[in-house]
Amino acid sequence: MENAVEVSNLVTYYGDRQILKGVSLSIPAGMTTVIVGRSGCGKTTLLKHLIGLIRPTSGTILIHDTDITAEGDQSQLEQYRKKMGVLFQGAALLNSMTLAENVALPLKEHTKLKAPVIDIIVRMKLDLVGLSGFGDFYPAQLSGGMKKRAGIARAMAMDPKILYFDEPSAGLDPVTAAGLDELILRLHRVFKMTVIVVTHELPSIFAIADYVVMLDNGEVVFVGNLDDFKKSEKPIVKAFLERRPEEVSYSPDNYFKIITGT
Amino acid sequence: MPQIVESALGALGRKTLSFLKDLHKVSVLINEVFYWTIVSPLKGRPPRVRAAVSEMVKTGYDSVLVVVVIAFFVGAILAFQSAYQLKKFGALLYIANLVGVAITRELGPIITAIIVAGRSGSAFAAEIGSMRAQEEIDALTSMGINPVRFLVVPKLIALMLMQPALTTFFDIVGMLGGFVLSITLLGINPAAYVNQTIIALQVNDLVTGLVKAWAFGVIITITGAYQGLQVNAGAEEVGRRTTASVVMSIFLVIGFDLFFTALFYYFT
Ligand SMILES: Nc1ncnc2c1ncn2[C@@H]1O[C@H](COP(=O)(O)OP(=O)(O)O)[C@@H](O)[C@H]1O
Ligand SMILES: [Mg+2]
Repeated sequence: MENAVEVSNLVTYYGDRQILKGVSLSIPAGMTTVIVGRSGCGKTTLLKHLIGLIRPTSGTILIHDTDITAEGDQSQLEQYRKKMGVLFQGAALLNSMTLAENVALPLKEHTKLKAPVIDIIVRMKLDLVGLSGFGDFYPAQLSGGMKKRAGIARAMAMDPKILYFDEPSAGLDPVTAAGLDELILRLHRVFKMTVIVVTHELPSIFAIADYVVMLDNGEVVFVGNLDDFKKSEKPIVKAFLERRPEEVSYSPDNYFKIITGT
Repeated sequence: MPQIVESALGALGRKTLSFLKDLHKVSVLINEVFYWTIVSPLKGRPPRVRAAVSEMVKTGYDSVLVVVVIAFFVGAILAFQSAYQLKKFGALLYIANLVGVAITRELGPIITAIIVAGRSGSAFAAEIGSMRAQEEIDALTSMGINPVRFLVVPKLIALMLMQPALTTFFDIVGMLGGFVLSITLLGINPAAYVNQTIIALQVNDLVTGLVKAWAFGVIITITGAYQGLQVNAGAEEVGRRTTASVVMSIFLVIGFDLFFTALFYYFT
């Protein structure tokens, strides 16, 4: 099985704080992989590494065997960016532009297509995500779910080989969230690209995942397919699946130290 | 006592380090702006002309009224203040010299820069800052679109042209303000005033003023963009950075002005 992404020994700091502590994992090509874990465990940080937004302190990331963390030559990273799409947590549409202009943006910047051709592609992409007829709307005029759909249309503009999603259902009602899961499944089925989704919503995971990566506190605690994930005996996985709260254990000594601040 | 000294030195050291870090970030930004404004067009990748035009409308055209009104008042005030001194010597006609030279060499460029820093520099910081906070800048980068080329360069081109243009407006209307006040309230002969202005003004004065204005435009754009790009999260930080951009622009404009003025004084 071919791997789309190979991460080895990724270490990242924000200031003095270590966020990713030596993450190594492979993500298979052509599947839907979910990256799960509790809030603040470093999922978004890992995603930002995978799309080349931030550089790791150490470690490497291979995307289809090209190293995107290499210093110096930026052209490989530039090439990669034209072949991937990202849906950010808040959709991140440019608020000063209409939906159609947003979707057209990567096409205008990276291709020499004529305006009428771009218009047709834009309409196709908006139709794909169920937003036909909304091209002239501004992001501020749309609901959260529609913004995310528009974000997906923009991410799909260049027909990406890898599509990334950061918490697609965050902040949405369950029905809209399910609709988005449905859309992700359909896109994957039709276009057969590699899909990588960051999420912590159990229903989403069960609906869309082929493959699961679980992070905890900046470390990988599980990698494998969905069935193995569901059957895993690891306490940390079981706690996540059963929605059990973390056990907080304070020894009296520790507690004394905390309240006296020593 | 040693403890106080130690912590004071520690604070000084940390301040110095963070200042050096900021300086590094600013120079990286300047470098990138320079690349996308000058080097990359030479390599056949032109800047976004239409975006630059729309920025020119926002920063230039929309500022004309406020610049013109302030210029007229400043010219009139200047004439009044000069008259207060000059009438003691019976040399009222020299108001024309004072108004003309003070406005074209100094007040025109600097007051226009302060107006533009407050109007457009702050808008740059707020726009880019809120785009940072909402991951729009990250989205641009992830699409392979360089945010400096996309956002900062059109603003820079706009201000490099509009700052001298607005300053020219200021110069003309400011002198008009002085003229109108002088021939009405002060009763100076109009023809004599105009004549005196023409004698007093030198091309040199106008040119140095416009060169300064151009540089102020660059300072205001880079400062606004820098402060906006420093935003990490949250509307609160956008507000703070916007304020900081205005304060920092005005400070830098006046600092550079002193430098330029000294330079022109010794070398012309
Ligand atoms: N820009 C940043 N500066 C400093 N700390 C950050 C920054 N972004 C995220 N963090 C911290 O890094 C940790 C991981 O964040 P993140 O990757 O966003 O987590 P997740 O997406 O899993 O909720 C969090 O504790 C967060 O507070
Ligand atoms: Mg996150």
